Amino acid sequence: MNRIFYSFVTAFVLIAAPLRADVDIQEVTSPMGLKAWLVEDHTIPFMALRVGFEGGASLDRPEKRGAVNLMMALLEEGTGDLDARGFAQEVDELAASFSYNATDDSVSVSARMLSENRDQAIALLRGAMTAPNFDQSAIDRVKGQVLSGIQSDLKDPNSIASAAFDLAAFGDHPYGSDTSGTVESVTALTRDDIFKAHRDTMARDRVFISAVGDITAADLGALLDTLLADLPEIGATMPVHVDVSLEPGITVIPYETPQSVALFGHRGIKRDDPDFFAAFVANTILGGGGFESRLMTEVREKRGLTYGVQSYLAPKDHAEMVIGQLASANNRMGAAIDVIKDEWAKIAEVGVTQAELDQAKTYLTGAYPLRFDGNGPIANILVGMQMQRLSTDYVNTRNASVNAVTLEEINRLIKRVYLPDELHFTVVGQPEGL
Amino acid sequence: MRFGLRVAVPVLALLIAPFAVAAETVRWDDQVSSFNLDNGMEVVVIEDHRAPVVVHMLWYRAGAADEKPGVSGVAHFLEHLLFKATDTLESGEFSKTVAANGGSGNAFTSQDYTGYYQRVAADRLELMMQMEADRMVNLKITEADILTEREVIIEERNQRTENDPGALFGEQANAALYLNHPYGVPIIGWRHEMETLGLQDTLAYYEQFYAPNNTVLIVAGDVTPEEVKVLAQRHYGPITANPELPARARPQEPEHNAARRLVFEDARVAQPYVRRSYLAPERDSGDQKTAAALMLGAALLGDGQTSVMTQKLQFEEKSAVYATAFYRGTSLDNTQFTTVVVPVPGVSLREAEDNMDRVIQEFMDGPIDLAHLDRIKRNMRAQEIYAKDNVQGLANKFGRALTAGLTVKDILEWPDVVESVTEADIKAALSKVLEDSLSVTGWLTSDAETVK
Repeated sequence: MNRIFYSFVTAFVLIAAPLRADVDIQEVTSPMGLKAWLVEDHTIPFMALRVGFEGGASLDRPEKRGAVNLMMALLEEGTGDLDARGFAQEVDELAASFSYNATDDSVSVSARMLSENRDQAIALLRGAMTAPNFDQSAIDRVKGQVLSGIQSDLKDPNSIASAAFDLAAFGDHPYGSDTSGTVESVTALTRDDIFKAHRDTMARDRVFISAVGDITAADLGALLDTLLADLPEIGATMPVHVDVSLEPGITVIPYETPQSVALFGHRGIKRDDPDFFAAFVANTILGGGGFESRLMTEVREKRGLTYGVQSYLAPKDHAEMVIGQLASANNRMGAAIDVIKDEWAKIAEVGVTQAELDQAKTYLTGAYPLRFDGNGPIANILVGMQMQRLSTDYVNTRNASVNAVTLEEINRLIKRVYLPDELHFTVVGQPEGL
Repeated sequence: MRFGLRVAVPVLALLIAPFAVAAETVRWDDQVSSFNLDNGMEVVVIEDHRAPVVVHMLWYRAGAADEKPGVSGVAHFLEHLLFKATDTLESGEFSKTVAANGGSGNAFTSQDYTGYYQRVAADRLELMMQMEADRMVNLKITEADILTEREVIIEERNQRTENDPGALFGEQANAALYLNHPYGVPIIGWRHEMETLGLQDTLAYYEQFYAPNNTVLIVAGDVTPEEVKVLAQRHYGPITANPELPARARPQEPEHNAARRLVFEDARVAQPYVRRSYLAPERDSGDQKTAAALMLGAALLGDGQTSVMTQKLQFEEKSAVYATAFYRGTSLDNTQFTTVVVPVPGVSLREAEDNMDRVIQEFMDGPIDLAHLDRIKRNMRAQEIYAKDNVQGLANKFGRALTAGLTVKDILEWPDVVESVTEADIKAALSKVLEDSLSVTGWLTSDAETVK
């Protein structure tokens, strides 16, 4: 029984052909020149649309931190004759759904709409995106919600850790503070600030668009002009690049709570670095993926020191980091950090094995096509690819790029990615043994 | 009140279903089919051929509420331990094999079920079934596994509960709501009992509940029922049923005769709020209308920008940062109907609670806005279309319902049941549930002195 089982498993692994994402991406240009990526699929009578604008909350003006975030939360609060309630009712009438998001490097709108009333849904969304009312009453109400969230963050261990870590890494750069802003900055925001944030961020010179589902290329082109023609042509100047300024060592922020949380990391590698794929594979082995990473094995599986620990590459638009996170009971945090430091040093000094490399490759190449599992997720991926300046062909070449990483390459590169002498930890809680 | 009767229907369905339709495949519509294996395993196939991917999920009809007293958390602890060794797999090899095949997977435990799933390329389905069938009966847990993994679940409790005053508050409110039913015990377990969970406790639960006649297998994605049947019979078919599988008769609630109140104080609370839960009936097989009415009632009252509580408290009176009502009807035994109000600064919890009561009373006293009800129903119909885009979400919906005493028929009938609910049904269902004696009202605050 045992032997049969094992040979069975082996057979499956060996015959695993490299999978490709089964999506056919069309590049569409609208009559007025807006570009979009489209995956047509008429199986289900709806479309997922994603419109992303590069720049995002990092375009907050000086002293106006939180303006872009608040502005995005206000897009659904009324346009033209419709107030917040009227707008929500119209969206409900059409059974459409619109969501609005602000991050450090982009703002985006995600929408899904039924084919049967697509034109009406687009008309509504155009109002929200290009002609929002930003009524003072709505600003006051939503500001209250944002301030409530900021107050909660001030007492949440994970948020306290993020705030301290980001400030230490990026100082005055927008990356150094939370996109929500502070109690002071948000309280002081005016209606004029919100209109400026809208003009700064949602302009046609930085827009990336994808549509997936029940729509043709011709219909999409016309739709884009309707939706976005009224946006300004040019937005604010992009932020500058910033170097990571973390000091090596451990910073403890005392906070009364039973479990300490830690963020750790140092400078990283750019997304367009020729060695990025090798770094990506290396991180999968150290702390990415699932239960099989070195960090999960050593910290959780063998020692029970945490429920979860992970590391990831964070190539942002204007800075690059390698980051990890961990939570452990106060009296175990010291032990957990020791293990992480050891693993960081070990991978930098010794590298990875051929077996680990092979396993990471099968995982990454197999998992990639599984991401393309629905109109909404595909639309998100396609905008992300465009923002990274990848071509539509990337979905076909990406797995080959992963498979091309050699052991020699990864072990040469790894010393550049993992820097044990630079590793910084921000710990919030009452940790012992540090 | 008919608390005592409620479990009779699901238990009966569970006993009869496997034998009544054994081996016959029922095609319910162009997407869903189901059949049963001779050993009692119920199998549901949800087809979606857009991408060469499958989700393989095995759901046990056993969760935290099926634990014996004194070993709270053992269902969830066992879920973790299922990733350790079996007769043929080393500890950790299950996850490693899934990953080596490009898949991802995990597991989850609730009051009514424990579930395991993998998402993989469609041609790896058989391997997943083979490994999942293996660990249903061949688990080999050691004392060393217990010691290490017990630390992991305690860290999980630290992360989810001890570090979050809102979660601690919810745990206390739940315990106050259920006077007798094990739903009052947290899924992850009470800390003092988790700390003593041992090998025998986990094996006892494993041997009692991990058997094919206590499972629902759901395979969703690029696969046909014929393929699934061949593979399921090959890998799950040879496992024998547990003839001693007990009926799911948990201790039921007595009559509730007194409203309960609690104030939870924690210095880490930044945003105080008031939360009220009422004991409420759940969806029952063949009898889902009350639950549908409660769900629509919750949507009218507190779901979204145009709901009654949001409009009154956030938009008009500006006394709340956030207000909501929710009801989750998919449950084996009595569930809850919950309302929450988060006051704006300067409004006390007392005032927030009074405002909440007043708005709900006005809603109950006045006519229901039929245009609003229509919008909600139209949206729910549209959700059926959007749901087809997320086959894993559909699989989850079926798994939750089928482990809560419902049938495939009940699940597919649900949209029509919702459609048939009238404003009178909603008022009638709400008025039975919104009774003080059925309620627990909790205040979460950083300083109990200031809220008195």
